[in-house]
Amino acid sequence: MPKTRVGVFVCHCGNNIGGVVRVPEVVEDARHLPNVVCVEDNLYTCSEEGLSSIKEQIAEQNLSRVVVASCTPRTHEPLFKEACEEAGLNRYLFEFVNIREHCSWVHRHDPARATEKAKELVRMGVAKARYLEPQEEFESEVFPAALVVGGGVAGMTAALSLANQGIQVYVVEREEKLGGLVRELRTLFPTEQDTGELLSPLMEQVRGHPQITVYLGSEVENVEGFIGDFQVTVGSDGQNSELQVGTVIVATGAQELRPSGMYGYSTLPNVVTQLEFEESFKSGADLPPNVVMINCVGARVPERTYCGRFCCSTAIKNAIWLKEQDPDAKVSVLHRDVMAYGVDIEDSYRGAMELGVRFLRYDIQNPPQVLGAKRAEAVKVQHQLMGKEVILPADLVVLTTPLVPREDSERLSKMLKVPLGTEGFFLEAHLKLRPIEFSTDGIYVCGSARYPSSIPESVSQAYAAAAKAGIPIRDGSVRVEAITVFCDERTCSACGNCVEVCPFGAVELEEGKFGRIASVSVAQCKGCGCCVAACPSGAMQQRGFDDRQLLSMIGALAEGMVSGGGR
Amino acid sequence: MSSQSVLVIGGGIAGIQASIDLANMGLQVYLVERTPSIGGRMAQLDKTFPTNDCSMCILAPKMIECAGHDNVHLLTYSEVDEVRGEAGDFKVTVRGKPRYIDLAKCTGCGECTEKCPRRVPDEFNMGLDKRKAIYMPFPQAVPRKMTIDAENCLYFAKGGCRVCEETCQAGAIDFEQQEEVLELEVGAIVIATGFDPYDPAALKEYGYGEIENAITGLEYERLICASGPTEGHLRRPSDGKVPQVIAFIQCVGSRDVNYKSYCSSVCCMHATKEAILANEHYPALRSFIFYTDMRAVGKQFQEYSIRAKDEYNVSYIRSRPGRITVDEQSSNPIVWYDETVFGEAGDSVRRVASKEVELVILCQALVPRGVHREMAENLGLELDESGFLAIQDRLACPVDTSVPGIFACGFCQSPQDIPDSVVQASAAAARVAELLSPNSRKPGDA
Repeated sequence: MPKTRVGVFVCHCGNNIGGVVRVPEVVEDARHLPNVVCVEDNLYTCSEEGLSSIKEQIAEQNLSRVVVASCTPRTHEPLFKEACEEAGLNRYLFEFVNIREHCSWVHRHDPARATEKAKELVRMGVAKARYLEPQEEFESEVFPAALVVGGGVAGMTAALSLANQGIQVYVVEREEKLGGLVRELRTLFPTEQDTGELLSPLMEQVRGHPQITVYLGSEVENVEGFIGDFQVTVGSDGQNSELQVGTVIVATGAQELRPSGMYGYSTLPNVVTQLEFEESFKSGADLPPNVVMINCVGARVPERTYCGRFCCSTAIKNAIWLKEQDPDAKVSVLHRDVMAYGVDIEDSYRGAMELGVRFLRYDIQNPPQVLGAKRAEAVKVQHQLMGKEVILPADLVVLTTPLVPREDSERLSKMLKVPLGTEGFFLEAHLKLRPIEFSTDGIYVCGSARYPSSIPESVSQAYAAAAKAGIPIRDGSVRVEAITVFCDERTCSACGNCVEVCPFGAVELEEGKFGRIASVSVAQCKGCGCCVAACPSGAMQQRGFDDRQLLSMIGALAEGMVSGGGR
Repeated sequence: MSSQSVLVIGGGIAGIQASIDLANMGLQVYLVERTPSIGGRMAQLDKTFPTNDCSMCILAPKMIECAGHDNVHLLTYSEVDEVRGEAGDFKVTVRGKPRYIDLAKCTGCGECTEKCPRRVPDEFNMGLDKRKAIYMPFPQAVPRKMTIDAENCLYFAKGGCRVCEETCQAGAIDFEQQEEVLELEVGAIVIATGFDPYDPAALKEYGYGEIENAITGLEYERLICASGPTEGHLRRPSDGKVPQVIAFIQCVGSRDVNYKSYCSSVCCMHATKEAILANEHYPALRSFIFYTDMRAVGKQFQEYSIRAKDEYNVSYIRSRPGRITVDEQSSNPIVWYDETVFGEAGDSVRRVASKEVELVILCQALVPRGVHREMAENLGLELDESGFLAIQDRLACPVDTSVPGIFACGFCQSPQDIPDSVVQASAAAARVAELLSPNSRKPGDA
């Protein structure tokens, strides 16, 4: 067998690493490690220059392993692996050492010891690299259909976009009608269109599209499988249908908080929420002359810290509507900050003030009080800008409450094996750059299921989710990173610990050559390593993280410690 | 069948995301970027709210993924000249400005930059330091190639010099290079031209340009950034001293009918982030944020501003200051403001107050790019009253412009933050995919 030839590339990351860690010392140290045949440092290894240098060295030095010591694999590993592959080296013969997050950033006040630590990390990386093995990635077909859970505006938009891309779509809606929460609104912000103007054409197109099948009054009962091949059970009145889809979009929306016990809600008949207000005056009932709205009810408080994002817009919309119906009506909005971000909302906010809507700022430490025993008669508020108490007569008090997660979100999140955030909304893969994807491949989220979103925002997210969910279906196949677990049949005792701990349902016990053993579904395994840790006999081994590889790292570190830190 | 190619105008995060999605859909993408590198405004940011992710660290992999994609044709330092035709069949003329560099030969080594004698204000660092006339806009630039800025190059001015040519071992310098005109046929167009900061000098009361220690939000962003002109040391312009008390003034030109009546959407969180970063760099530093409404409306934004108050020495004062004066001795700006909230200052009166600080950051309005109006005219697109690209149907089709087949995402169509821009970019990709899908079946089709 030819000798293993390791190349090491140490990155300065501009000053991020180079400003703390003495990179030349790390380079010099690495030169003397076993099997290392070339060591380089780069200002930015991730630059085109750095990447071509990796490729050149693989060719010139006939490298059989590449170690890059730089930043985080989370952002940069695919890049370096691709560079290896382009130079003809199997991408799994690459090892990443993080000397930025794990070293320079956290030890920026101690360059000397940071430099020693960087050396140790590189030694460990090289030790492991020597035992890396080439791997083949698992490839599987993608079934050409998508599931959209939820038939509100977001769900319908996503379904239509996918169908217009030529993809078969199933829409599962819990209620007997399409339309979701928006159906309950009277008019829509910011265009003041009637709800029907948006909903009717959408519903008609969804119902009439040859590539969309709608399941009304139905719920997702079970989901098995993985990207490309999800088996979905849809239940309706005890009847189950089985669907096969390649990707899934979660568009289950959210619900308005009903603020029981706050400001006389549920005890005083004329204290309602914004949604109830819109519903009750849809039919043209007599409008009350004095209306007081209280914003941030149940939002931006210790028990629910988030801002409902568009509740201020809702209050503005309804206040304008009231003033347009009856210019003499006295409409006051009690708020903590008016969240009129962007162009449209700010315009409406200004418009509302011009129509005579009063905006009064209150302090949450001294919240408004609804006065009246059997009915709300007035609202007392400490006017924060005037510094005095004001009593506003009220025939109707409208409470502006945020959207809260649907109660069944947790059930769906468990079925799909995707997480919820602390507020109970679905948690995306990355807040900034992957806002509508989950870490789990093939599942996407849009609309208020993710976070309270206005209609334009929900619709944008729905289109975005449709773009993402369509891509694997167009490709026709997906590849799975080869960091999956395999079971050594000879040592497995079929104790079942692995089956229990696997969060992805990827391990099962089955009959093997030497009796009952654990078996891992490669397509479902995410490489989390739980089963490896739980295995009492060492039978579960993870590709790229096997015992030999990890022990060699520990060995390299221990060796350095015995010899006093230096070589 | 419609052309299976798409033109994307603008190489910031929105244009990059749209290009990646379109390319992953199997469409051919021409990404036209006006400057020498893709990256846009996000490349200039230090960290991003509310996660404090290093902006370049999350952007750079996207830039490389985009440029390296087999289906993406990157046309940097280029502009769209003319567009004819209609949805499914546009003819586009793209003009590639001469870089005077042979891209195939340039290795981006930077030797030429070292030797170039001409120093000019560095626009990437908001003019806070100098770059050379032959330059790479920032170290992670994509493509990682040099550009000669002909307006400032001594050879083009006086005919002499040519030091870069002598220095370049790769022989990449080409002073004879001519403008290149490209004719493209595309089925759809995505616009993602982003924003420019509004010039706060228009608001005389804040003395921008005259008061040395009053800088803009984007200038601050470069100062606090480890790869910026001061390597992340917050040195104020007048004397290089690190300030211990700083103030942010919000809505400078925003939410003001005399300037820009709209809310720029991102500045409340931007200032909160900058105040947090300042305190992370200097734990004794105090920040005051003068705001109108604290619009922390996104996921984790409220929690972020609560943390700013509780853990990072940030105080929020509800007021729009009327004036900034300067203490002659110390060069400290003095912010004059009306206490609008009873009790905010800890007592029960309201008065006109002043706060002496060592540095003021003006969080100015953000406006569509300067070149945007001309581009809109070229493409026959309508603008709304605020100058953003008009959207025909905000509710049902929030990324469709007034011209079928042309879509708009990110700040060029309305003020928004990075995640919303990324969402709209993917949304625009979906709309393009619908338009160009060869097997698309719409209701009513047989």
